[in-house]
Order: sequence, then structure tokens, then C-alpha cells
Amino acid sequence: MKVLVPVKRVIDYNVKVRVKADGSGVDLANVKMSMNPFDEIAIEEAIRLKEAGKAEEVIAVSIGVKQAQETLRTALAMGADRAILVVASDDVHQDIEPLAVAKILAAVVKEEQPGLVLCGKQAIDNDMNATGQMLSALLGWSQATFASEVGVEGDHAVVTREVDGGLQTIKVKMPTIISVDLRLNEPRYASLPNIMKAKKKPLDEKTAADYGVDVTPRLSVVKTTEPAARAAGIKVGSVDELVSKLKEAGLV
Amino acid sequence: MQYGLTEEQEMIVSTVRSFVENEIYPHEDLVERTGEVPAEIAAEIKRKTIDLGFYACNFPESVGCAGLSHLEFALVERELGRGSMALNHFFGRPQNILMACQGEQIERYLMPAVRGDRMDALAMTEPGAGSDVRGMKCSARRDGGDWVVNGTKHFISGAEHADFVIVFVATGEDDTPKGPKKRITCFLVDRGHPGFTIRDGYKSVSHRGYKNMILEFDDCRLPDAQVLGEVDGGFEVMNTWLYATRITVATMCVGRARRVFDYALDYAATREQFGQKIGKFQGVSFQIADMITEIDAADLLTLAAADRLDKGLPANREIASAKLYASEMLARVTDAAIQVHGGMGLMDDYPLERFWRDARVERIWDGTSEIQRHIISRDLLRALGA
Repeated sequence: MKVLVPVKRVIDYNVKVRVKADGSGVDLANVKMSMNPFDEIAIEEAIRLKEAGKAEEVIAVSIGVKQAQETLRTALAMGADRAILVVASDDVHQDIEPLAVAKILAAVVKEEQPGLVLCGKQAIDNDMNATGQMLSALLGWSQATFASEVGVEGDHAVVTREVDGGLQTIKVKMPTIISVDLRLNEPRYASLPNIMKAKKKPLDEKTAADYGVDVTPRLSVVKTTEPAARAAGIKVGSVDELVSKLKEAGLV
Repeated sequence: MQYGLTEEQEMIVSTVRSFVENEIYPHEDLVERTGEVPAEIAAEIKRKTIDLGFYACNFPESVGCAGLSHLEFALVERELGRGSMALNHFFGRPQNILMACQGEQIERYLMPAVRGDRMDALAMTEPGAGSDVRGMKCSARRDGGDWVVNGTKHFISGAEHADFVIVFVATGEDDTPKGPKKRITCFLVDRGHPGFTIRDGYKSVSHRGYKNMILEFDDCRLPDAQVLGEVDGGFEVMNTWLYATRITVATMCVGRARRVFDYALDYAATREQFGQKIGKFQGVSFQIADMITEIDAADLLTLAAADRLDKGLPANREIASAKLYASEMLARVTDAAIQVHGGMGLMDDYPLERFWRDARVERIWDGTSEIQRHIISRDLLRALGA
């Protein structure tokens, strides 16, 4: 079985994001970019499936600007077998919207025939949480979102999902799309031998046009603003102090 | 001029940095408070380093290691420099000098060291022989076919964890026109060997938990099989294999300075006085500007020196410049970072006072700033007959 893992290049989660002065988006100049952390978890899970003998090949795919090649090399250094880069824009500020990404992925799936697509539940830049679900609709495949545990057994997968009320375990028919949540696993570091091997692994470069997908944005960003600033908290030494502070603030 | 890192090198940097942030930083307070690295933490760091293929990555592929270039190894150590030296000792980097092992020494010392089965320590300094290496009193005399070693070494880093030490000892004296000159031989000595003791050294203000040990040799009898390199060939092995070690100090200073800088930058951007961020005051912002300029300069100087080694070019002066500049830069940067923080900078709620203390030794060990200036100036002036 092949496992396809879409990975997105996003602002590193450690970076303090700044909104551009004109409110048109966030500042990307000189900002460190990394693999979306949820996608890292998906790559890790795919590699574990391969190590457990449940998958033969792990293919990472990224859709975006040419620089996403670095993100794919990281996936290869973690242990993915090969990578596909689909260049869909040459403007780092253009976000390829979930529907366009899902359409390209659907085309890649038709070409590669994976038994499983493992994706991050969302990208930490726009928090759309839509691509996996859209891909499922386009392909007519089953889907299991927010996975915190994944088991592949023959022609179906058993997935534990993190839902509002707690955990829900479902069984889905393969081929399927699983979107992964934070607690599924802890991604490994790229080992030194794998870093050195990454360059030698195949990385195919395609364009959105190769798949006949129009990536023109359908959404327009009206305004981007910083979240409202919160006043710093204080530490209280005792319950009495807590009560008196709450009274002072007129909260009790 | 080729400039910039390859994708592999970027990934090496990012892996080691994540490792230091996730596996080293969380234990630093404990080591700082107790002055000890708990054995289980040491073992865990070592195991993870071996699993990641980074253990002994300064050693070549011929002995089963990664064979990183000098530049790549400098990048690894730069990132390690961000973290505690006591802890990152277990991100093992055995002494390159072990490549001088011959015959059965290879299986007894070199291979176990690069596999992480046995740890080493290097012993040169003595109470009466610091910068003046040839002034060493620790000596060995011939007795039958063996050597009998007597004397003391001190400031020996890592010896508390060492299964064996690589020690430089005087094995005779030559008369030269400039007066008597000691002949030096390098020996491999196992922990627990009769006549050899390792004991606690001094309490240092820098790098708590990264101990300096005292080695005592009392009629310690060693066969010729324990000689690393040739008898009386100590300076040859030293010059061949220890040439590059000063890059370690330089590059670790750069890594630590960047960590310190991040604290100062963040504080300047968030702390408010007189109704505005203190970073808006030139008194603070210009310090920030000077800090990053000096850090970048030291970084480039160090990587350029490492690159010269990779290209097989003479690098003695360049390495000395990097060690001198980076260690003195770290002193200025840690001092300025505390100034930006004001009084809080001196409190142990922040790690800045630790970085400030730790910075002090960098200008002293592995050749003081004065020795580096001597190397640099002699390199330039000797050629002109001055």
C-alpha cells in the first residue's frame, strides 16, 4: 500500500506573527518557514505504518511555491520515500485555497493510487480545516478526521477521533483519508544518515497546470488584524487574596 | 565566493537545534542547581544521539560515523553551544586524536569511543603548565620495557565520565640552542589502572556540572602498547589532531550568544518604561544593533575558518582569530544582555547571569585570548623577520 501525505510550508510555530501595516495579511519577510506541525505528525504516522509493515511506500506532496521543496526535503529526511512538488504560485503571499489543493490532490491520487491519504487536520497559518474533507468528497472516499489513534487492518482502518465530548472510535473502509490531530504521535527528529540520504531521494516537480487545476483565489481577504491584546495576569498567594481581588474587580 | 548553507546543512542545523531545545534545555535548571548530571539523563541524551546517527559525527565514514566536514561539524557544535555544556557532553564528540590509534588500540579505544561504549577525556594542563605546555612536570621514565608515569594534571573536563584518558607526558629532554626542550609522548590510560586516580577538581564559576577533574599518576606503569602515536611524538599527534579544536570554542560561543541575544531582543521589544517599549530608546536599541553585528561577524569568521580546513588551506591564524573574537564577543554580548534587562538580568529567575558566568571561561580555555593574539601576530610577523 502507498501512503500519500500532503505537507504544507507555513510560518514556523515559534515565530511571533506580525500583521502587515496595511492589514492585507501577515508579514513573511525574513520569517522562518517550516512544515505545518500537523503534517509532521501525518508524516510520522505514515513512516510508522511503513515500519510496521502496513505500508510499502510513503509519498510526500506539497502544493504551493517552489520553496516548498525545503519542506519536502524535511519529509524525506524524516523517512518519506519520495516527494512531489506541485508549484501552484510564484508569490509567497498567495495562499492556495483548500478547494484548489484538494482538486490537485485528487489528481495526484488518481495518478498514484495510494491506499491511504494521511493529512494534518489543518494548517496552522489559516486554520481552515477543510482540505481533507474536500478531498474525500471529490474522490468519494471515506474519511476519518481528528485522529488520535490509527490502526490499519486489511481493507479497513480503525480510527480514534478527538471530538468535543471525548473520544470516538470509528471503522472506515479503505482507501480512506485520515486527518491527524496533535496527540497522535510525537514526530521524530531527522536522523543524520536520513538527512544525507534525502537529497538522493526522488523529488518530482509539477505545476498546477499539469493537473488542469485553476488555482485562482475564490475568497478575498477583507482585513487581517492582530488578536485583541490581553492584560497580563497576576499571581495570588492565597484563596483570601483571590477573593478580595475578584471583589475589587467587581467579578463576585 | 560560495556562500550559504546547503539543504542538508540547513537540516542538520534545524535537527540539532530542536534536539538542544527539547532534550537539553529542560534539564538545565537541575544541573545548574545541583552541579551534577543525573546518570539516567546522561544515558538518555547519549542513547538519543546514537539513534539519530549524530554520535561521534566528527569521525569519518571509515569508522562507521557520519564523516561531517569541518564546516558541518562547526554547525553542529554551534547549535550545541546554545545548551548546557554539562549536558551536551553526552551528545558525544570523542577527541579526533583517537584517529591516531594503531593496531589493537583501534578495537580497545577508537571503536568503543565512536560507538559510545567508552568515553574519553583529554589531559594536557597541569597546575604549573597552562599556556606553557612544554613546562609540564608530569613525566614518564623507562623501566624495563615499560613506562612509569608520575605527576598531576588538572582542569580535565569530562574526566569524571571517562573510561579512559588521553594524556600528554614528558618523556625526556633535548638540548637545543634555545635551551633544554622537553620531549612529549601521548598515552592512553584506562580508568582504574593501578597508580592512576581521577578526583574532583575545583568549583568553577563557569559551566556548573561540567566538571574540571584532577588526574594523579603515582608510579603508574604503562607498556608501549599504551602510546598513542610515536614515543616522543606527542607534539606531532597534538598538531595533527588538536589543530581544529579551538573552532569548537568559537562556534559554541556563537550559538550561546544567539540564545542570549534572543532574550535581550525579546525584552527590549516587550519591557516598558517611561510609557514606551525600552527598545524605542536608542540607549537600548543601539546595544541590540551592536550585539547582532558582532554575533554575525563571529559566526562568519568561525565558519570561514572551518571552511579553510575543509579546503586544505592553512587555517591556524584564522582559527585563532575566530576563537579570540567569538569568545570576547560572547563576553560583551552577555554583559550587554544583562544591561538591557537591568536588575532582573542578575537574578537567577533568568538564565542570563548563568550565560554571563559561563562566558568568562571561554576567553581562557583552549588557549587564552593572549595566546590567540600571539598565534595571529606571529603568523603575520614571523614571515617578515620580526
